[in-house]
Amino acid sequence: MSPSRRIGVRVRVDPIACDAYGYCAELLPERVTLDEWGYPIVDGTPVDAHLVELATRAAAVCPRRAVLLETVMVDR
Amino acid sequence: MLATSSTALWYTTRATGIVALVLLTGTMVLGILTAGRARARSWPAFAQAELHKRVSLLAMVFLAFHVLTSVLDTYVDVGWGAIIVPFASSYRPVWTGLGTVGVDLLLAVAISSALRQRISASTWRGIHWLAYGSWPVAMAHSLGMGTDASRLWMTGLAGACSLAVLGSLAWRMIDHNQSRARALATGARTRAVPARYAAPLSAEAPGQAPARSWPPPRSSGTTTRSTLPPRRRTDTAARILERGPS
Amino acid sequence: MSALTLARAERLLPSGPGGNAGPGLDAHLDRHGALRIPTRRDPDWRAGILRAVAASGLVGRGGAGFPAAIKWDSVARRSRRPLVVVNAMEGEPASAKDRVLLAYSPHLVLDGAYVAATAVGASDIVICIADHSQPAAASIEAAIAERRRAGTAVVRASVQRPPGRYVTGEESALVGWLENRRALPSMRTDKSVPVSIGRRPALVHNAETLCQVALIARHGPEWFRGMGTEAAPGSTLVTVTGAVRQPGVLEVELGTPLVEILARAGLDTELSAVLLGGYGGAWLDPSRLSTPYAPAPLAAAGAVQGVGVAIALPATACGVAETARIVRYMAGESAGQCGPCVFGLPAIAVDLEALWAGRAGPGVLERIATRAAAVDGRGACGHPDGVARVVRSALAVFGADAAAHAEGRPCAGHAALTVLTLPEAGPGRWAR
Repeated sequence: MSPSRRIGVRVRVDPIACDAYGYCAELLPERVTLDEWGYPIVDGTPVDAHLVELATRAAAVCPRRAVLLETVMVDR
Repeated sequence: MLATSSTALWYTTRATGIVALVLLTGTMVLGILTAGRARARSWPAFAQAELHKRVSLLAMVFLAFHVLTSVLDTYVDVGWGAIIVPFASSYRPVWTGLGTVGVDLLLAVAISSALRQRISASTWRGIHWLAYGSWPVAMAHSLGMGTDASRLWMTGLAGACSLAVLGSLAWRMIDHNQSRARALATGARTRAVPARYAAPLSAEAPGQAPARSWPPPRSSGTTTRSTLPPRRRTDTAARILERGPS
Repeated sequence: MSALTLARAERLLPSGPGGNAGPGLDAHLDRHGALRIPTRRDPDWRAGILRAVAASGLVGRGGAGFPAAIKWDSVARRSRRPLVVVNAMEGEPASAKDRVLLAYSPHLVLDGAYVAATAVGASDIVICIADHSQPAAASIEAAIAERRRAGTAVVRASVQRPPGRYVTGEESALVGWLENRRALPSMRTDKSVPVSIGRRPALVHNAETLCQVALIARHGPEWFRGMGTEAAPGSTLVTVTGAVRQPGVLEVELGTPLVEILARAGLDTELSAVLLGGYGGAWLDPSRLSTPYAPAPLAAAGAVQGVGVAIALPATACGVAETARIVRYMAGESAGQCGPCVFGLPAIAVDLEALWAGRAGPGVLERIATRAAAVDGRGACGHPDGVARVVRSALAVFGADAAAHAEGRPCAGHAALTVLTLPEAGPGRWAR
């Protein structure tokens, strides 16, 4: 693997499954904010390494399993 | 010697049973409040959800001890099969059986939650609803067994637990109806979506046509949501179709 | 591209009432000629037709404008036997082209479906028509029966009647209905993977796209590219309604200036704007009416081609009023699955209605613009995106008007008759 790229994790939300519990925004405010109706606005930029664990936890705690994590190739 | 170990086991059974009941009550209350989106002011909501999970785990640990000690205890004849098969115990089959039913339900919930990523969301939810049944069964089992039921502290405890669960249920049902009404007014169709965080959308409920100064269009169709008969295409398209291509 | 003004394209539809010899098979063969579709495996023919469709540059005519050849390729690659879905749902109320095609050129639609089915190796064709469109369904069923009698039915064809709501014509909603009777859009994570019904991949095409395929199969890609522009070849159907004397479905060469298309429909009044692309499309300022009717030029002008719809709004009408009606309709057509759409669209509708009536409070224009941006792209399907686009274009094109409304001075046109086609609201079905 070229040293200038690494694997990054990106957060996405399935809008159909989402029921506005808001746990993801509490756990990962760096990437998820809530709109005026309680639904997540997700920043799709890859998560920094120290936040990956929180992102994973957000995906696990979502009661509707609406938080999806994608692995992407990221330039350093 | 036999009597002492039996008594120790017997006390352990009763104690762990009561603790499990209290923890189960706590689990129920937390679960109902979490599902109903109740928010504690200083606590994040995800922490409430995780607390529910951890309290339920703790309840199951105490339940496991309760079941184990009751089977190992030779003073009463319960039998290993009675852990899972209801009403199979020789000692007080009905009340023990109820306890077994509770264990079965909670086992189902525990296993489905452990396999949550592998089963569909609706399957998991359906099984989780069984948990609602486990609490009254557990309460009936505790009171029906009668060992401590006549004591004042036990009655008080049972009363407090019942109050907590029934109170949460009542709150949940009222709140559910309210938020469902709000969601329907906004047009949510396939799921009762809570409008808990919504600032008032506007002065009017969106389902109604605004008042007097908005004349409804006088030609084809109206845009108000109504319960009128099924849709008809009253449009130029129908006329185009009749006339044919230009 | 033809140098004649008011150039008539006459490929898809029979030429006018006088030249219309009916939708029967004989008339169809007289007009278009025979078409040989192999009934047994013929890899050369398949490769040939795939090349022809790729060379023609045909894109979907259902609104998304996706290249047909790429779709065929992705479906043909799958290991399971695909099926072809003819999307004639026409959920857009202002569009009548698909129904006109089915009523007047059903055999052309069938030809295209058979060609596509044979090219990708499909064993079935399903023609989906909205449950309220009776003439179109009757016509295509008669055509299928005619083919069977004549022995030229290449593949099994059947007609399905899903509920006719706005989003049920969306590809994933349509496929969802065929699969389990729930016409709700789903989240498409990977657009290069075709939609599927059960395990079978489905090639979903708009009825007009398949008519174009039928003609490409007969005359070849160079003939197809003989009309239109380099980037947007061929002809397309546009439903022109509103302040025109002869509203109807016109076949136009891509790249024709919009003003000529409107002139063909009998435009004789001053316009306040033109709505292009349907209710999820965009308003176009009348100063840009000479824009060529093709995806790129229209996008550059701030509009969108979308599905072939053009609604002419007269200067005597009120753009804010019409936009309010559009958003109210679209809010009612939400599938109700995604929060931003369910809550955002009615919120915008209420604000627009208040704006229309001159009753809106301060900051309403900013609020509408912010909410439109907030719902854009946050649903599973493109429904909120369309509303965001039409609202944004309305605020741009009717800016002065909107400002006057916001100050409590509704324009004179605010009580005018609507030019929009809006089906009556009613308890709709989403699933059987």
